[in-house]
Amino acid sequence: MPTVAPLDLEGHVVGVAFLKDIPFFAGAAGTIHRLDQGHKTTDLHDGLLSLAYDEATDTLLTGGEDGKVMRVAPDGTTSLVAETPRKWISQVAAGPQKAVAYAYGKTSYVRLADGTMKEFSEERTVEGIAFAPKGLRIAVARYNGVSLHWVGMAGQPIDLEWKGAHTGVTFSPDGRFVVTTMQENALHGWKLDAKAGAEARHMRMTGYPAKVKSLSWSAKGKWLASAGAPAAIVWPFQGKDGPMGKAPLELGTRGNTMVTTVACHPAEDIVAIGYEDGMILAARLADSKEVLLRRPGKGAITAMAWNRTGRQLAFGSAAGDCGVVDLAG
Amino acid sequence: MTETTTQKPIPVTVLTGYLGAGKTTLLNRILSENHGRKYAVIVNEFGEIGIDNDLIVESDEEIYEMNNGCVCCTVRGDLIRVVEGLMRRPGRFDAIIVETTGLADPVPVAQTFFMDDDVRAKTELDAVVALVDAKHLPLRLKDSREAEDQIAFADVVLLNKTDLVTPEELERIEATVRVINPSARIYRTQRSDIDLGKVLDQGAFNLDRALENDPHFLDQDEHDDHVCGPDCDHDHHHHHHHHDHDHHHHDHGHDHHHHHDHAPSPIHDVTVQSISLRGGEMNPERFFPWIQKITQTEGPNILRLKGIIAFAGDAERYVVQGVHMIIEGDHQRPWKDGEKRESRLVFIGRDLDREKLERTFKACEVQA
Repeated sequence: MPTVAPLDLEGHVVGVAFLKDIPFFAGAAGTIHRLDQGHKTTDLHDGLLSLAYDEATDTLLTGGEDGKVMRVAPDGTTSLVAETPRKWISQVAAGPQKAVAYAYGKTSYVRLADGTMKEFSEERTVEGIAFAPKGLRIAVARYNGVSLHWVGMAGQPIDLEWKGAHTGVTFSPDGRFVVTTMQENALHGWKLDAKAGAEARHMRMTGYPAKVKSLSWSAKGKWLASAGAPAAIVWPFQGKDGPMGKAPLELGTRGNTMVTTVACHPAEDIVAIGYEDGMILAARLADSKEVLLRRPGKGAITAMAWNRTGRQLAFGSAAGDCGVVDLAG
Repeated sequence: MTETTTQKPIPVTVLTGYLGAGKTTLLNRILSENHGRKYAVIVNEFGEIGIDNDLIVESDEEIYEMNNGCVCCTVRGDLIRVVEGLMRRPGRFDAIIVETTGLADPVPVAQTFFMDDDVRAKTELDAVVALVDAKHLPLRLKDSREAEDQIAFADVVLLNKTDLVTPEELERIEATVRVINPSARIYRTQRSDIDLGKVLDQGAFNLDRALENDPHFLDQDEHDDHVCGPDCDHDHHHHHHHHDHDHHHHDHGHDHHHHHDHAPSPIHDVTVQSISLRGGEMNPERFFPWIQKITQTEGPNILRLKGIIAFAGDAERYVVQGVHMIIEGDHQRPWKDGEKRESRLVFIGRDLDREKLERTFKACEVQA
């Protein structure tokens, strides 16, 4: 039976992560909490807006209302990556070789490990950034589509066009697909290895009753789990055309509340499903079997992360009630 | 998605007006006056806001068209993001003020607070306040549609810089504003000096309060020849914070009134028209399909609409309001003894067919 070690914080939790198996919780006010032989805190930003886990270095990247981009190490020490006073750093992303991408307004910046800065301008506001799994390349979500930039090259970006506002972006782990969340209740995807202009290039994933604010790729990248419905909507990406013409799985369906956050297990085809009422379930993709991980709490689940072994799940909520679920009990 | 809190929605005031009309001056007044309230301010540029306030957020106007084929269904993407960020740390402020650029269309700003579910769950549009430069308005109306739209869309108009014009000019300017928007409250100001209680906490989009606060909604004609003295700020019928709705100064039957409208206007350079409809008791089975159809087909031409509807056999007043194609309505309160059960509706917009609206509105009446 899973057990929950609670951690009660104040205010909205933007993100959670495990660094060296130590759970970290980042609050919107800008304080980072970690459970490392007791509850420890670091005041990082005056207002924390964005957060990304850097797998390569086992560190956390954050962006703030104070215009700072910070890196947080497992022992809680912090370092300044970049600073632009008075700008809201609404996006951060972690890339290969310690590259960091961040954005404010209509510009994305990539800072390489040696301190070199690269700048990429869009016609509209940058709403999401993701690094490609291979090569130093970023996808930038913006109004009417996605721009793909090679960080090392000056050339023209590749524009993936689709009408509407794209609010977030992710690459599939094999790099074959780019998927965005939209202002409308939908996802949009592009198959990168399809010929430009081909109908099969576009993937429309619609039917959500609410905006999709959380996406998570399954361990081997065969599935993409999403929030925005009373169930976790899990799209199949194992075929060469992705989810085209296929129905998604609906896991953990509940009648009276919505899924707000999803997080796929690091090894198994299992997804943790966080709900608006604070409940968390784990569901297995193969047979839809569910396990209750946490009973409803004070606020909507806003963040979840598994540790490396997949035995523990850290979570945070809009009301500040956080914790760590231990599957082994 | 809403969060499981019982927090009251945060009121949002939108300030519009041409460059130089006095928005920044008003904003500085709001931020510096000792009223015990804390404001988060969303501006296009930090510019000349002279007040040290941590909660001034810069935001680039970003218009989203919705993918529903409706050209007037636009929202402000930047506001969605900034409001979401602000609302993650509530408790820092009691209200939000959005300052728009001089050329901004107020409609996407307002529609953001109705069309985006997340924003709508946490905030509530309080009022759109337009600042008008009394000296330069005639010129503005000549060269831009935005200036007119801002007035037409406003709940409160501050006729500012009145010291720069003659009393006669001022009369003419105010009459023009009144033609563009007969239902706005108009105040004459210098250097944006205004009792903030007349600008903030108006509840103009609150169905319960909107129509109660609206001095010109019912009886425009009485006011058409009402000439104010220099000290008059048109506040004769404005009740602060009255939630009991006990006063209905305008409801004492004016049976001599008929349909009337203010368009097409005799005043040069005004393209906005307002159409006031009056009728008796309505049949809901006719009225609802009618208003749906009107807002669907005429939506792009309708800037605002407001109304009080008397449904046959219904003990309560039904209030409606709309922006373009968005319309919402609800029961407001019981009809009082002796209160005349009639239906009234005002459209502010362009290219509206007055005769057709009157005729089709009348057709929704209960047949005797």
